[in-house]
Amino acid sequence: MKQRKKSIIRFLASALIVFLVLFLLQRLLIPKYATGIVEGAFVAEYYKEENKQFDVIFVGDCEVYENFSPVVLWEEYGINSYIRGSAEQYIWQSYYLLEDSLRYNTPQVAVFNIQSLQFNESQSEAYNRMSIEGMKWTQSKVNAIKASMTEDEHFLDYVFPILRYHSRWSELTSDDLKYMFKSPSVSYNGYFMRVDTKPADYVPEGRNLPDYSFGDKAWYYMDMIRELCEKNGIQLIMVKAPSLYPTWYDEYEAQVVEYSHKYDIPYYNFLELKEAVGLDYSTDTYDAGLHLNINGAEKMSHYFGRILSDEYGVTDRRGDVELDKIWMKNINDYETEIDRQCILYGVDRNSLFRYSRKDQ
Amino acid sequence: MEKLLEILKEMHPDVDFENETGLIDNMILDSFDIVTLITEISDNYDVTISAEHIVPENFNSVQALYALIKKLESED
Amino acid sequence: MLFTSYSFIGFTGVLLSVYYLVPRRLQWIILLISSCVFYWVANPASLIYVSFTAFTIWGCAIMIDRDYGIQNEYIRLNKGTISKEDQKAFKARHKMIREIWTSFGIFLNIGILIVTKYFSFLAGLFTVQQNHFTDIIVPLGISFYTLQAVGYLIDVKRGTIKAEGNLFKMLLFVSFFPQVIQGPISRFSDLSVSLFGEHEPERKEINFALQRILWGYFKKLIVADRIAPAVITLVSDPAKYRGAYVIVALVLYTIELYADFTGGIDISIGVAGILGVKVTENFRRPYFSTSLKEYWRRWHITMSQWFREFVFYPVSTSKLVQGISKFARKHLGNRGKKVPVYFSSFIVWVATGLWHGANWTFIIWGMLNWLILTVSEELEPVYAAFHKKVGFSNSYGYKVFMCFRTILLICILNLFDCYSSVRDTISVLASIITETELGELFSDKMLTIGMSGLDYVIVLAGVFVMLAVSLIQEKGDVREYIWKMPYAIRFAIWFALFLSVLLIGAYGIGYDANQFIYNRF
Repeated sequence: MKQRKKSIIRFLASALIVFLVLFLLQRLLIPKYATGIVEGAFVAEYYKEENKQFDVIFVGDCEVYENFSPVVLWEEYGINSYIRGSAEQYIWQSYYLLEDSLRYNTPQVAVFNIQSLQFNESQSEAYNRMSIEGMKWTQSKVNAIKASMTEDEHFLDYVFPILRYHSRWSELTSDDLKYMFKSPSVSYNGYFMRVDTKPADYVPEGRNLPDYSFGDKAWYYMDMIRELCEKNGIQLIMVKAPSLYPTWYDEYEAQVVEYSHKYDIPYYNFLELKEAVGLDYSTDTYDAGLHLNINGAEKMSHYFGRILSDEYGVTDRRGDVELDKIWMKNINDYETEIDRQCILYGVDRNSLFRYSRKDQ
Repeated sequence: MEKLLEILKEMHPDVDFENETGLIDNMILDSFDIVTLITEISDNYDVTISAEHIVPENFNSVQALYALIKKLESED
Repeated sequence: MLFTSYSFIGFTGVLLSVYYLVPRRLQWIILLISSCVFYWVANPASLIYVSFTAFTIWGCAIMIDRDYGIQNEYIRLNKGTISKEDQKAFKARHKMIREIWTSFGIFLNIGILIVTKYFSFLAGLFTVQQNHFTDIIVPLGISFYTLQAVGYLIDVKRGTIKAEGNLFKMLLFVSFFPQVIQGPISRFSDLSVSLFGEHEPERKEINFALQRILWGYFKKLIVADRIAPAVITLVSDPAKYRGAYVIVALVLYTIELYADFTGGIDISIGVAGILGVKVTENFRRPYFSTSLKEYWRRWHITMSQWFREFVFYPVSTSKLVQGISKFARKHLGNRGKKVPVYFSSFIVWVATGLWHGANWTFIIWGMLNWLILTVSEELEPVYAAFHKKVGFSNSYGYKVFMCFRTILLICILNLFDCYSSVRDTISVLASIITETELGELFSDKMLTIGMSGLDYVIVLAGVFVMLAVSLIQEKGDVREYIWKMPYAIRFAIWFALFLSVLLIGAYGIGYDANQFIYNRF
């Protein structure tokens, strides 16, 4: 009897050690995305928000998280918004991220950037990881994984990320230890800020493609997004960000326009609205036209915020005590980051659209 | 029996064949030895030992081997 | 289902829990079902092939057994009434019937093996045109289970074992899944008792088996799979990688082959072990052999045994070969005594080469093995005289030297199963002498072939661990040794081994999911 008791205790103690060690190792080995490729941290960051009563949710790839600034939407229109964007987010991931967000709150408007319609399968395991890994475990995450996995991936690798990142021990940095349990915020309500500028002086010509039609899987999830919004009374808005490349082909555009007419979904192609927005590609992009910098994003938000509030009646939440407090802090963080980056990139703060305009 | 011992001694002069009972188990005879031995036996005794007889029980000792030869002779 | 896949681990886990929950007498049926699933998942056609083998071998064996029965019954009934000559004639006639059934069974099964595995090779010998037979799929594990099945049939014919009456037990015997990928090749008398037996979960036994599996994964994932990309790079371009590169390929491949094959067998034996099934050992520290002859008694033991029992002995004791021997002795004198041995071992080595693969490289590999074994057999007296003369032949240092000498031979022989043609192999071997710049061996160039500096360090460390374990094994069982230690130390050792496989193992995204290299043979 005593022997038996002893062996049970021994077993439990061993199991505890095994789990503890594996848990700590896993925390240590998974990428932290706190510096460098911070895009990987965006999806998880959403859950840190204490108040998730957002009226506008953006889903999509870099064309949403670098091109719209929720801070400006709040400052100018009192729009309480969040961008659930991630690097090369595929449309099925957008769908499940939107579905996941509905768990907390039903927004008035969902904005989807249609660039990802061109992909009918996940192209890269690394992007899958960045889009999905940050999600909390729900049925949406399970489905997102199933829809996203490339041929070499295994579901188990998502359940136990240590299996995926087991060989990272040779590339660990002090960050991995520092941010083992808690990472700093790297986005501003999902917005990825850059203050530096690299003018777009050359736009590469797009190659001819053998086939421009969007695939079945992409359309299937487009329908899913549309139906999810219909069911929940959410106004769906499709956008195409004003990125000069990768090339947005006319053939792509035609298919989106046709879809938007068919289901009466508003669609804004900002490539065609450049002048209206007032974009200047010599000052508003940080990588020669691929993504917008803070100037471009703020101009976009200024323009699009008016549409959201005037045409779709998104509520102005200014005056709500709790939200005012949250946004005060958000704006403060936002401006602190602007200052930090201005020093980092050697940018004159007053040359930024944000401050030059306010000065006027 | 004498003849058999003589054949074995010629192959491995340093083994005490009279008393050894683990010729196979102790790996004293390898497969090459066994086949050479069978060739010698067929020359000297006019019996053919075939593959099915090559089991440790028959080859572990001189006595066992001799018994096998006797048995095969009587069957012929 | 690869041994290193999640699905295999999951499959084994599910099987294990079901296995010890069902009534014990049903356990073998669970094994049969799992084995069928294993084949089915690989390729449904494979299941048909293995079933066909089981069925034909089962049927032939039963006919043989029945014939034994008829013969014995007749002799018993007619004891004293028939003459000795009649009895002898009767026996001879029945022996013939049994031979026919045996030959029939062998013919069918070796026939399938030849058609699926060698047809395109054979066709290629007679025609220069591309043929269409190359796309016949080679059924899973056919090289292994065919030998196992044929061995069983011959054992029944020889009367050493009774035929198995239950067709499904026969199917389990040939298809038992841990042995499918790369052996061992079991004999019915060794495997059947524990395979069909009833098993209670024994704590120590299951522990040991799990430890063995873990050790197999260590060899496979940390050492073999880390080397694999480099070996593939090196051997796939023999025009580019010559000289010093070949030396690296030679060493790496020899390490890889060992880690991969013995690691795989550790997993096989371990998986069988957690199910209470005892599978024959296939290795005994082969790289500690002091001669090639010894190596072949310690490496892939069950295969060498099979060829010895079922090819070497029958051929060398056959009337034809014994006749040749008589002739040779007449003309060569005492020398001729060894003729049957050399002749039969030549056949064995060509067959062994062919069994490994349908390619000239393997045939040449077999013949070279034969040549070296024959020459050293002939030089045996010279060696003996030399060893007697010098004093150091029994020293430890000399033993180590002999081991290295053997390993070097094996390295060179192994190259023949690396490169795709004999011409390439000979050309790269020659380049070692003519084109090697020793400086290159330790230059950055060796970091461009698919292994980083860290990879080399890990492999080296892995080799040291394997060496240390082997040295302890020469004295006794490592697991027994650890078992006797205090619990905390035991736990720390096995947990550390587990963590090293988990963290250092070359698996998952970024590593090629490598099949066990032996399974293509």
